[in-house]
Amino acid sequence: MKHFWKKGEPFVWLTGAALSITLLMAAVLIVVVVVNGLGVFWPSRVVTATLQDGGAVMGEVVRSESVHEAEGERLQLKIGNRDLYGLDFRWVDESAISRLEYADDTLVLERMEYGNFYGRLVSLSSEALAVAAPGNPFSQLRQAHRHVMQQKTQLTKVDEELAVVSSRMARTQRREKSLLYKGRSASDPEFLELRQEHAALQHESEALMQRHAELAGELHAYSATFADVSGRERTMPLIELVRFYQPNSMSVFSKIQYYVVRLVELIFGSPRESNTEGGLFPAIFGTVMLIFVMSLFSFPLGVLAAIYLREYAREGLVVRMVRIAVNNLAGIPSIVYGIFGLAFFVYGIGGSIDRMFFPDQLPTPTYGTGGILWASLTLSLLTVPVVIVATEEALGAIPNGVREGSLALGATKFQTLTRILLPMASPGIMTGLILAMARAAGEVAPLMITGVVKIAPALPLDGTFPFLHLDRKFMHLGFHIYDIGFQSPNVEAAKPMVFVTTLLLVLIVLVMSSVAIYLRNKMKKRYTYGTF
Amino acid sequence: MSDTYSVTVTDPIVQVKDLSFYYGTAKALHNISLDFPKNMVTALIGPSGCGKSTLLRCLNRMNDLVDKARVEGSILLDGTEINTPAMDVIELRRRIGMVFQKSNPFPKTIYENVVYGLRIAGVRDKAVLDETVERSLRNAALWDEVKDRLHESALGMSGGQMQRLCIARAIAVNPEVVLMDEPCSALDPKSTARVEELISELREKYTIIIVTHNMQQAARVSDYTAFLYEGVMVEFGVTEALFVKPRHKQTEDYITGRFG
Repeated sequence: MKHFWKKGEPFVWLTGAALSITLLMAAVLIVVVVVNGLGVFWPSRVVTATLQDGGAVMGEVVRSESVHEAEGERLQLKIGNRDLYGLDFRWVDESAISRLEYADDTLVLERMEYGNFYGRLVSLSSEALAVAAPGNPFSQLRQAHRHVMQQKTQLTKVDEELAVVSSRMARTQRREKSLLYKGRSASDPEFLELRQEHAALQHESEALMQRHAELAGELHAYSATFADVSGRERTMPLIELVRFYQPNSMSVFSKIQYYVVRLVELIFGSPRESNTEGGLFPAIFGTVMLIFVMSLFSFPLGVLAAIYLREYAREGLVVRMVRIAVNNLAGIPSIVYGIFGLAFFVYGIGGSIDRMFFPDQLPTPTYGTGGILWASLTLSLLTVPVVIVATEEALGAIPNGVREGSLALGATKFQTLTRILLPMASPGIMTGLILAMARAAGEVAPLMITGVVKIAPALPLDGTFPFLHLDRKFMHLGFHIYDIGFQSPNVEAAKPMVFVTTLLLVLIVLVMSSVAIYLRNKMKKRYTYGTF
Repeated sequence: MSDTYSVTVTDPIVQVKDLSFYYGTAKALHNISLDFPKNMVTALIGPSGCGKSTLLRCLNRMNDLVDKARVEGSILLDGTEINTPAMDVIELRRRIGMVFQKSNPFPKTIYENVVYGLRIAGVRDKAVLDETVERSLRNAALWDEVKDRLHESALGMSGGQMQRLCIARAIAVNPEVVLMDEPCSALDPKSTARVEELISELREKYTIIIVTHNMQQAARVSDYTAFLYEGVMVEFGVTEALFVKPRHKQTEDYITGRFG
């Protein structure tokens, strides 16, 4: 027995067990997120449950649990129809159910508001019938809906024009304000001209709004009447329907088709219903752009600082203290960076920019409020230690002989750096940068006070001059998870979206890490020193 | 301190006069005076830590890179003092090339390794570069082995080839003096033989100063030998004479293997 301990066999097991537990935890994390996230868009069947007391419930079975007091199970159904019932979910005891069936004509409607509707199609309005070829009611509904969606593009066009006009109106207003700030009187010709322009725009805008109302009214005439499981009818304009399907009679192929459509919407669509439905495009775009702008600041800053520390600074007390400080900087809680960003970047620098360049607009802030620029700067401060440490290590790993070899050939320190050392350190620097990017992608706390918002009216990059709007607020996947998971009015209904968003965020980070590993291995092969 | 035995050299290229060197407060070299003859091979021998590498690195001012290092005395290259602020270190290192103990090719192609010295000096002419690569590699007895893979990474070569590449790289800029710091200590006997052969051939064009641990090597390749012991130059003379009939007791003890 003593020999057994002496051999160290148990220690091998202990270390092995520690490794397996770590791997297991990582694997479970990925599996949980993937399983919960991937299943969300798969159309599940809708059950109609007739109850013992004569009532009926219709919905998707979300989960079941065993009941302690009685025998059998208890089912949680997603019953939808929030506008009728006020709730999306309901628990039903299995013992109270007399019959379960999956009717083929059960219809699921995804709507612009109030979540899903579960029920049957009753009839189409005469206008809707007029644009559909005769056939079964479901295909007629489909044709009418397609027609309405085509018509809707005109409405979208009007909306876009309206947005342009209102942004021009906002601009004239700003110019008026700035003229007043410069002390011009209200009778100044320039001022009057602006007033005229504003009035013309106002007129244009009113006309557009009228046009919008007319078109919308016309489109609203296309409607259909649906009934819920207990026969309560509800008439809805088709324009309010995003899409609809009969899950109980769908083939596997059409389910896949539906899945793909939802996936495309997720990645390229905009969110609706306070972010619990629709796409994540603004959040994905915001996250990626945030990381990109952050890298633009933190990468050069970190690399240059590390070069100074490693190649130029004389090793001594000061350098040691700086190095310790940099390492500790990486350990500061991120919310502290957020507070610093708010105080220094937003109020300090942003406020000063406003006072110097946009005093005419005050008290409305231009840069003195949260925005993607300030959030990026805050994050770059947070990630700069990662870049510095990685770059320093990469430079430190280069054998001194290479430096001497270059210097002995008459190269200057700068030539040695740019021609030999930086290329050799590049795999390490790259790895550091991408680690920094992954870190930044996961940060939420500092963003919440430096410019992230629940719903951003516009992307920070768009077609209106000057195209790049770094002062704008933005959306972010990490904040999105927090928002829909904890702040949404209907938390239970938002949960699937929480998993999907988490999956997406994890994917982005995984992709970045894989790129890092790939790059590192590739460059390492090129620059590794063979020992002889 | 014992007496120093030295011979005078008729045509010196590097003259070291009363040179002392300090690492912080520790004195590594004690008042060394020595003339290196032109177009000859001079070997510096002595036990570990005797200061032979330090002396070598003083000659192209590589010791500038060492923190808290201090030089006293004078070193003349063709009669010009090199330990003055007015001396351009870049220019000095171009005139005095160096080959290190551990071969240190850059992670670039063989071609780029050889032309590195020219490129940093601003030479862009392709014909000149090509010509230099061929000449240097031929002089380093490497041309036939690598002429078909000039544009492959230098890191794929064998240890002996790498060291010869470093020699080619050093002579590509046409230096007057080539310093070699134990160039064969990491090589196998066969590669060592090639490098020694190469050193004998290079003598015609360059002055070579070689630090070595290996007394047989010093005897084989050098014309003059200096023996250093604990930072002091004990004996300097024609190699044959020094090995056959050392004048100093310490030299004799060392070359007969009584210590070191």
